[in-house]
Amino acid sequence: MKAKTADKIATFVIVTLALLIVAVLAGLLGYILFRGISHISWDFLTSAPQKIRAGGGVGPQLFNSLFLLVLTLLITVPLGLGAGIYMAEYARPGKITSFIRLIVEVLSSFPSIVVGLFGLLLIVNIFGLGFSLVSGALALTVFNLPLMVRITEQAFRSVPAQQKEAGFALGLSKWKIVTTVLFPVALPPIITGTILSAGRVFGEAAALMFTAGMSSPRLDFGNWNPLSPSSPLNPFRPAETLAVHIWKINSEGLAPDAAEIAAGASAVLVITVLIFNLVARYFGRLIYRKLTASRRMN
Amino acid sequence: MRVQSSKSRIEKHHIEDLIGRSYMSFCVLLLIVSIVSMVYFVTSKGISTFAIDKVSLSDFFFGTTWSPEGDHPSFGALPFIAGSFITTLLAALIASPLSICAALFMTEIVPGWGKKLLQPVIELLSGIPSVVYGFVGLSVIVPFLRNVFPGQGIGVAAGALVLSVMILPTITSVAADALSALPQNLKESSFALGATRWQTIARVIIPTTLPAIMTGVVLGMARAFGEALAVQMVIGNAPFIPTSLFESASTLTSVITLGMGNTTMGSPQNNALWSMALVLMLMTFLFVFIVRMLEKRRSI
Repeated sequence: MKAKTADKIATFVIVTLALLIVAVLAGLLGYILFRGISHISWDFLTSAPQKIRAGGGVGPQLFNSLFLLVLTLLITVPLGLGAGIYMAEYARPGKITSFIRLIVEVLSSFPSIVVGLFGLLLIVNIFGLGFSLVSGALALTVFNLPLMVRITEQAFRSVPAQQKEAGFALGLSKWKIVTTVLFPVALPPIITGTILSAGRVFGEAAALMFTAGMSSPRLDFGNWNPLSPSSPLNPFRPAETLAVHIWKINSEGLAPDAAEIAAGASAVLVITVLIFNLVARYFGRLIYRKLTASRRMN
Repeated sequence: MRVQSSKSRIEKHHIEDLIGRSYMSFCVLLLIVSIVSMVYFVTSKGISTFAIDKVSLSDFFFGTTWSPEGDHPSFGALPFIAGSFITTLLAALIASPLSICAALFMTEIVPGWGKKLLQPVIELLSGIPSVVYGFVGLSVIVPFLRNVFPGQGIGVAAGALVLSVMILPTITSVAADALSALPQNLKESSFALGATRWQTIARVIIPTTLPAIMTGVVLGMARAFGEALAVQMVIGNAPFIPTSLFESASTLTSVITLGMGNTTMGSPQNNALWSMALVLMLMTFLFVFIVRMLEKRRSI
């Protein structure tokens, strides 16, 4: 009888604590959205922030975040794919391979602030790129590359071995097999993983404070010449992203409505990450159906 | 003629293979270069506190006064090191039981809908950006602590609470993976002996998967130790060793965050901040090392 009572109590405790986590998430999301959404308007999403007066928006910051994300993905996706495919298909078990694996592991657990400091030293100062979108994108590359490598490697490893053997049986070269047989099958998880990692990059702040900078110049959204300093497309201008902006107004915001702006910006950030999550799932399934004859994902 | 054409086809394949291979080697090389240069630069900057500014190792690691701008500047980093360790350990203490219960809920209690319910919850929690955690901590946890407990609300307890929510997903997903990889017959034989579910969990399942669960805890602690902005927003940033949970403190990351922008490169204060970055980096190596040791124990 005693054992049964203990079992009942333990089950009750485990269920309660598990449901507590669900409640924490519901409370978090509910709080962020409830407080923030009333502040989100078209004007808030497009207008520039105000330093001392109320009524500023997050337009440039939002644009910077998205632009930086595109830049980062342009650099990390090809590099991550290359290294990931190498790890999955070419690397032979041995000292060098396990060393590379260790590097990926260490790099992915580096604190993002250390990556930011490294970017400040090497990219901003020694390479002389200054506080700019390019510096930010390169720092994020260091941060994001190990993730991409892992995603790609796992995706390639999950492809059934028969697919590869069939390719060899047809007399294809290894590179042909990788690009035409394995890649299409591995693509859906890669795309899902990439979009999920994009959500992480979008919310990253510590690595960007010291590389992309904490200020945004006056942007002229009618000027699309990428070399002009006031053009939004210029990759060599400083760029404060949305996440950095939230940190800044929370710790040193002078505007009277700083708390509301922080709430609104947090809601925008969380909603964007949620959209990334949903899009990742949807696209993964869609592309799997497009590239293979299969009707559903198994 | 036929021989020639087949020969040229082979060559084309060879070239293709070669290009692909060299591109991939370049990508891998880039990974190696990035980590080597990172270790080199952080180490060389971090060492200059001791090599150029002649701060002794014991002053830095055990000194309790941080006054870089005084007449007799002192660079004692112990308050920050202590702050980092205290918040990290507290966060792990809060998050581990919750995470283990969540993992048990997903795999042992209600494997069907428990996983369907908690999996998206864990993914969403890990997707929320750290500045948003900081913002919520600042506007919910801090006022709550201020009203209920003595002190300003900002401080070690607020930092640990924010961090514990942030590392929940890490520990839960590792623990859940380990639990679902457990061989089914272990459980079945325990039930066959007449053990209840709790007895099976406490005496069979947890002991067998303990190294894996510990891996999750260590990974979570690594994340908590390196987290910068969320902690900086709620911890108060006072350069003292905290004597109570509700007192302001600083962590290595929060000091670096605040100080790096206001100091000039090469000044002793700036170098001291780099030394803290070096400590952070060494701690990362230590965490990775511990994880590797735990995984080795797991494979036996």
